[in-house]
Amino acid sequence: MFAESALNVRNKRVQNLFRILFLMMTVLLIIPVVIILATLIAKGGSIISIDFLFTDPTNGMTAGGIFPALLGTVWIVAVALLASVPLGVAAAIYLNEYAGDNWFTRIIQLAIINLAGVPSIVHALFGVGAFVIFFGFGTSILAASLTLAIMTLPVVIVSTRESLRAVPQAFREACWNMGATRWQTIRRVVLPNAVSGILTGVILEVSRTTGETAPIMFTGAAFFLPFLPQGVFDQTMALSLHLFVVATQVPGVPDNLPFGVALVLIAMVLLMNSISIAFRMYLRGKKKW
Amino acid sequence: MVDMNVNLAAADKIVDPAFAAPVKLGVSDLTIRYGGTAALSGVNLEVREHEIFGIIGPANAGKTSFLKTLNRMDTFNTNMSVEGEILFNGLNVQNLKNIYALRSRIGVVFPLPVGLPLTIYENVALSPRLRGIKRKSELDVIVERCLSRAALWDEVKDRLNSLGSLLSGGQQQRLTIARALSQEPDLLMLDEFSIAVDPVTTMRIEDVLKELKHDMTIILVTNLVQQARRLADRTAFFLEGECVEVGITEDLFTGEVKDQRTRDYVEGKFG
Repeated sequence: MFAESALNVRNKRVQNLFRILFLMMTVLLIIPVVIILATLIAKGGSIISIDFLFTDPTNGMTAGGIFPALLGTVWIVAVALLASVPLGVAAAIYLNEYAGDNWFTRIIQLAIINLAGVPSIVHALFGVGAFVIFFGFGTSILAASLTLAIMTLPVVIVSTRESLRAVPQAFREACWNMGATRWQTIRRVVLPNAVSGILTGVILEVSRTTGETAPIMFTGAAFFLPFLPQGVFDQTMALSLHLFVVATQVPGVPDNLPFGVALVLIAMVLLMNSISIAFRMYLRGKKKW
Repeated sequence: MVDMNVNLAAADKIVDPAFAAPVKLGVSDLTIRYGGTAALSGVNLEVREHEIFGIIGPANAGKTSFLKTLNRMDTFNTNMSVEGEILFNGLNVQNLKNIYALRSRIGVVFPLPVGLPLTIYENVALSPRLRGIKRKSELDVIVERCLSRAALWDEVKDRLNSLGSLLSGGQQQRLTIARALSQEPDLLMLDEFSIAVDPVTTMRIEDVLKELKHDMTIILVTNLVQQARRLADRTAFFLEGECVEVGITEDLFTGEVKDQRTRDYVEGKFG
């Protein structure tokens, strides 16, 4: 009665074929990550030390550490966050909680999507025109960070909106029915439940900002600077640009130096991502509905 | 015309002295549209103080839309337009500047309990906080009083700081009633509150409502006609966007109806 018909056999075979196909695709995804990490560790791991992280480059950047670049990246990312997070979160709150569905908000939506699609080198040139020249910030941390902020703004807006949208509408309606204003509702009920998602988005933005090179190389990141930045109007070195420089622009660099720089850079990004994932898991465990 | 109204009022008085109570809510020629289609049209009715006013009718009759217009929740739906006059305590709600104050005086209980993602305590303390009450001792009193009136205090008094959403469905619904009571409402509107509640809890809530009636006016939307019969002093029958009939509840069940459709509905012949 349950003997396999020819059709059953064929279905089973096709099913197995697709399963294996999809499995292979998944494995393919992992391979580059593994190879990149393995190569970086194998070739650059030897140079990593406390000294490498916390001393200046020496001998025309062919030796020494990466401290100015590391510190510069922290500066740039921090200032970029200070600019993009308040702006992005506020815009997302407006779009999701206040704005209706009309031509105005649809244009804003379109603008955000397009902003996300602009190539980073175009952002870089915009940054030069707007912040370096027009606003007169010069090539500085401020100009570089603002350029990055504008570039990552869509990420913040979209991720914030998603987490706001994940708060059930019924909660808002219950609040409104009690006579709460929109702002009271947002502050008491919506934001406390969306904050995990918002922070996750912010951390992801950090990891993206860390690695960007093009937008900062014309606006604030320097090839080599013999001193540390003292404020936002100073130029600074940055890890991503430093990697580009030691890998391609400077003769006589030992092999393990660029790999070491790359390893530090990728470690920073992975660290951010891990924090983000751990954070999300922690908050999901505390989910209230 | 004037004479007739006087006579009708007099007739009501004879049936039940409670109906001499002042009008809490007067609705005249109310029409609600979503886009072009009318969800409810030409509704005329009065809800008097300290009565339980039942609204029965099948799905899509316009019952929920009706409740939404009473506390101006229509402002959140640009597609929704309201014509006619709604007088709450003699004031036209359409012209009220401070609709937040209006909403805070009307408690609403939804079909499915909406426990806010807050602790039990904070669910009930939220409305007082919105009104600006900050002192813990004051809030404690309000929370205990409201939970007690909603017949929930004994079950939750030891875990006020656990999440409201962890309660059972019936408890959550009583929590939302407690939350509505924390608004110190003039008018309590319940929209099919027993849909997700077990029969025993339903009975407990019904007893609660009978008590609350002494302190406020209650509008009870229900699709259980027997529930309306048990609780409501007067009942309106809504059908397909029309208010077919408003009358003393018992009359609807004993055949004193003006419209055959009402009889058919309460006897379960359709709906």
